[in-house]
Amino acid sequence: MADKPIAHQPPRVADKRILTGVHFMNGDEAIAEGAIAAGCTFFAAYPITPQSEIAERMARRLPQVGGVFIQMEDELGAMAAVIGAAWGGVKAMTATSGPGFSLMMENIGLAIMTETPCVVVDVQRGAPSTGLPTLVGQGDMMQARWGSHGHYEIVALSPASPQEAFDLTVKAFALAERFRAPVLIMTDEVVGHMYERVEIPGEVPMAPRRKPEAPPGEFPPYQPEEDLVPPMACAGDGYRIHVTGLTHDERGYPAMDPEAHDKLVRRLCEKITRFRDEFTWWEESMTEDAEVLVVSYGISARVALGGVELARERGIKAGLFRLITIWPFPDEILRRLAERVGGIVVVEINLGQIYREVERASGGRIPMRGVFHAGGRIHTPEEVLAGIEEVLRCRS
Amino acid sequence: MPIVKPKPKPAPEVLPGVRHPLEKYLRTERLPHIWCSGCGLGIALSSFLYALEELEIDPDSVAVVSGIGCAGRFAGYVRLDSYHTTHGRAIPFATGLKLAKPDLNVVVFSGDGDLFAIGGNHFIHAARRNVDITVLCVNNFNYGMTGGQVGPTTPIEGRTTTTPYGNFEHPFNLVYLAASAGATYVARWTTLHARRLKESIKEALQHPGFNFIEIISPCPTNFGRRNRLGDALDEMRYYAEKAMIRHGVDPAEAEVVPGKEFIVGKFLEVRKPTYYELYRRKVEELFGRDA
Ligand SMILES: Cc1ncc(C[n+]2csc(CCOP(=O)(O)OP(=O)(O)O)c2C)c(N)n1
Ligand code: SF4
Ligand SMILES: [Mg+2]
Repeated sequence: MADKPIAHQPPRVADKRILTGVHFMNGDEAIAEGAIAAGCTFFAAYPITPQSEIAERMARRLPQVGGVFIQMEDELGAMAAVIGAAWGGVKAMTATSGPGFSLMMENIGLAIMTETPCVVVDVQRGAPSTGLPTLVGQGDMMQARWGSHGHYEIVALSPASPQEAFDLTVKAFALAERFRAPVLIMTDEVVGHMYERVEIPGEVPMAPRRKPEAPPGEFPPYQPEEDLVPPMACAGDGYRIHVTGLTHDERGYPAMDPEAHDKLVRRLCEKITRFRDEFTWWEESMTEDAEVLVVSYGISARVALGGVELARERGIKAGLFRLITIWPFPDEILRRLAERVGGIVVVEINLGQIYREVERASGGRIPMRGVFHAGGRIHTPEEVLAGIEEVLRCRS
Repeated sequence: MPIVKPKPKPAPEVLPGVRHPLEKYLRTERLPHIWCSGCGLGIALSSFLYALEELEIDPDSVAVVSGIGCAGRFAGYVRLDSYHTTHGRAIPFATGLKLAKPDLNVVVFSGDGDLFAIGGNHFIHAARRNVDITVLCVNNFNYGMTGGQVGPTTPIEGRTTTTPYGNFEHPFNLVYLAASAGATYVARWTTLHARRLKESIKEALQHPGFNFIEIISPCPTNFGRRNRLGDALDEMRYYAEKAMIRHGVDPAEAEVVPGKEFIVGKFLEVRKPTYYELYRRKVEELFGRDA
């Protein structure tokens, strides 16, 4: 309202990009701060629980750092706007939950095909459909992997705490620029809403965009460099390039033939898989002598750790493998670990999505148990313990 | 789209040594284009390029964003920063592009189905926000690219592949829709009115705010053929006979009904603050001018 005094406006919290210091914030807020610290200046989204705290924080913070927040008419538009902004030369992010994630799938595919760096956050809730809007879920893990049509590789990271939500968001922006690809943060309602200590460092690196060195005219915009990633000429840089979601050749022009398609899709996959070691992150607890390996991620991994500790108290040698990088799946690391243990338990808030990946990676040679729940609550350590004891029983 | 893909061959030299004045704006290496002979899309494209030429706009400061469809292929032929996005999403893409790079002249060039069926929601919201972009819609009354299905502008009784017994859905009046959603420049022309269309595009490109121009165009391969409109020239004759040039008419009164006279011209040109201007104003209020 025009006649409202300016004092009615939200107070100026800070005009700093990096809020260095110790904070008490929830995972959603930490994601927003991680994004801004990493240099994000464009955020487009549509409100949805349990993501809204990210959007609200961005709406307050972005104008303070010269960025733009826009609440779009839907998630189709939010994802499209993020891609457009990235081609305008900025770092851009969107955030949503399951129902909106479904709508974003179309243009996540466009970002993959056009090699557009951006970050997409999914704060998972109970699903399918509208499901449990305010309660936790981890049922979008496979949608993250395969939700958009076609064959592709995607980077997805999963934080287990607000601190990690901050740290991984910073890393997600770096990976997006590194690979010229969308990067997903697959978090969940509990991590999103839980308040914890978050320490923001004094300096946060801003990943540079890889710009072409060749002058306009001598720059085939989709000619990859040695690491399979082409440099990116943005709008107004003077290169006047064409960008299309159609299969295209090195010039960026539509190429409607199977060979060009196979070549392009393979490169888009390989530019990520070949360098997966750069960003395959995980955390192990008590795995050195473990006979039972518990595999989990996000909030479930914290409960799983409780279960592992209960098992240890009972003299069961259990250990935890917490996935941080979910996609591409760390096959090799799990395969090696699986060779050393007698059983595997997977804990997740769905009915067995990452379970299948673990089964595949471990070759299906050892007994496995899933501690599952379809959504709405986290597990208890006792449920995890029961899973551990069960897998031990079927081994003996 | 033609069923048989034409083999690329060099464009014939009409007058030896003479270059086409628009060559610098075209990705000539991509010619011949995919559009059917007689299609109005070429006229729409050249009108736009002549507008750029006459305004002497720095080509590095213009970006074209298209959706999907025959009209969606515009982005592929212009030697500009050009983005061929997903079906219906040209406007939100353009919104992000414009807000990230406010100095850029962002033009959305797409079809009636793309902008008003699958992309309709984005259209009305970008108009409401007054995002500073120019939207050029080639209205050929059907989905050309996919083989001529019914679309949001197909007239009552129009024959399309999915209305084999005649269309019975009410169509949109695009200029009325644009004006009511908040567009600040609204015009309609046909591909017969190439010169006036060019002048209108020039006005729109210079007018801050959400600008909309409907370009009525023949699709001889699909809509024209199924509705016995004759060849493209016959359609041009039809436009010459039925299009009434009037300015400042209430867009609500400007429906396009087959067989009846219809209005072309400028319906609206008003100035109101754009999304970005309002955003800047807000930031200045809060943090001062240097923010
Ligand atoms: C999500 C999605 N749905 C459907 C299509 C198929 N499709 C391609 S073009 C088109 C219609 C285009 O119509 P219009 O915008 O009027 O363009 P025209 O071809 O008539 O110029 C459709 C439905 C698509 N590409 N993407
Ligand atoms: S709009 Fe119609 S005439 Fe034009 S290229 Fe498409 S199908 Fe052919
Ligand atoms: Mg059409």
